[in-house]
Amino acid sequence: MTKITKDEVKHVAHLARLNIDEQEAEKFAEQLGSIITFAEQLNELDTENVEPTTHVLNMKNILREDKPVDGLPREQVLKNAPDHQDGQVKVPTILE
Amino acid sequence: MSLFDHKLADLHDLLHKKEITIADLVRESYKRIEEVDGKVQAFLTLDEERALERAEELQKKLGADEGLLYGMPIGVKDNIVTKGLRTTAASKILGNFDPIYNSTVADKLHAADAITIGKLNMDEFAMGSSTENSHFAKTKNPWNLETVPGGSSGGSAAAVAAGEVPFSLGSDTGGSIRQPASFCGVVGLKPTYGRVSRFGLIAFASSLDQIGPITTSVEDNAYLLEAIAGLDPNDSTSANVEVPNYRSALTGDIKGLKVAVPKEYLGDGVSEEVRQSVREALKVLEGLGATIDEVSLPHSKYGVATYYLLSSSEASANLARFDGIRYGYRADNAENLIDLYKKTRAEGFGDEVKRRIMLGTYALSSGYYDAYYKKAQKVRTLIKQDFEKVFEDYDVIVGPTTPTPAFKIGEQIDDPLTMYANDILTIPVNLAGVPGISVPAGLSESGLPLGLQIIGKHFDERTVYRVAHAYEQSANHNMKPEL
Repeated sequence: MTKITKDEVKHVAHLARLNIDEQEAEKFAEQLGSIITFAEQLNELDTENVEPTTHVLNMKNILREDKPVDGLPREQVLKNAPDHQDGQVKVPTILE
Repeated sequence: MSLFDHKLADLHDLLHKKEITIADLVRESYKRIEEVDGKVQAFLTLDEERALERAEELQKKLGADEGLLYGMPIGVKDNIVTKGLRTTAASKILGNFDPIYNSTVADKLHAADAITIGKLNMDEFAMGSSTENSHFAKTKNPWNLETVPGGSSGGSAAAVAAGEVPFSLGSDTGGSIRQPASFCGVVGLKPTYGRVSRFGLIAFASSLDQIGPITTSVEDNAYLLEAIAGLDPNDSTSANVEVPNYRSALTGDIKGLKVAVPKEYLGDGVSEEVRQSVREALKVLEGLGATIDEVSLPHSKYGVATYYLLSSSEASANLARFDGIRYGYRADNAENLIDLYKKTRAEGFGDEVKRRIMLGTYALSSGYYDAYYKKAQKVRTLIKQDFEKVFEDYDVIVGPTTPTPAFKIGEQIDDPLTMYANDILTIPVNLAGVPGISVPAGLSESGLPLGLQIIGKHFDERTVYRVAHAYEQSANHNMKPEL
């Protein structure tokens, strides 16, 4: 069984921008460990000469016509913003 | 008798003969919701005022020969963006999200003059197989209120089964239309990947997600797919393949059609009563002149592992956009920007979503990418090739939709791997990108619906519908729950 440590879970949670507490780290360590162990059954298969599938339909370079269109009106853009001021989205201090 | 016991084509006739009005249809929907949705909890948001206004407006300009969806009430899964109608994906993080644009399917429904009744419950971000992962409510199975409706499109399937709407839209990433359709005794189709535009579908796993119709009959399902399918300049993965007339495929004639039954789909882990219902369905197809052969999809058993690595990896990237800045939930009292992201996401996402984001982040992280993500992409190729090989010699693949009928609420929620195994028979279809349908195949001993799954070649929904319709007409199960 592949063991995932609490520290690994905390590291992954940080990468994924998720706060987790000790208790959650413990629970997720166990659950992710068993899911990863389950996923490792794929190692039974020899895939040395198999091409990976990223897209089932094999379409390439689908581009739209490059022509300018109007942007959205400001009030629409801000409609769902949790906080805004003077027509701008407001966030906490980012430079300390 | 409810108006919604009629098929779409009959309702269309009644409307044109002025025996009913569009307002009658819309009111029928809200009346039924009033009666039973307290128990079923399929709807998250209703749009009654606008729906009744629209009914009036459409009634006034009703012409002699409108399209089939004209004035018809429909329910829409809550991960499909609808302008001016709250769209949450059943997540706290989008709890107050009021979209400023329409998904392409919502535009197409509007263009066809269908009327949106409301938004339907689901597992948060479509991650789950029971609709228990919704932040807002637990939808119940109309056949037995102690059992789950399936998921993730549990609200979409339950609402149709309960007669609240005659049809709905769901989305299917690993079985999320077919499994709840099977559990609730209705018809659900996952189209070919690329058949229906994903523009405005809140992304879970972009290489797998497809929107599809849930209905009470195969015929209605075909009508609805025709209305929503087609190339969309706003979705670069939608396919430039002409949308055929699906209805004309419903001839009842499947003589000489070649049906393959994968032995893996009737093996261990599939309950005996499910196997028995498939054997009976095969007899029906044989009686209609189809030939039946056993085949093998040897890599099927690797489907679930492949799926969870790929879908979680894609989800971890897709859900990075929920950061509490431009829209959605934002946590209070953040000290700085990183803290704001972390608090917002920790408070805004449920456990299953966090588990999958972390699994995906792990599988994509430095040092593990080749071992997990790329490996799974290669196994996906093998699974896809299994299907291609069978389809060289056969027209359709037939098997059960799920290994068991619906399970009890709470029974599997603490055990992710058991929950994931529900989708063992539907996941390979998404990995291969082919279309699949679930049609009702009778009841289990405990009185719960069972589903028959019919899988076709890329863009061959016509043959899938033809077989599903021939089976439906001949088996004549006529299943309806009492509520």
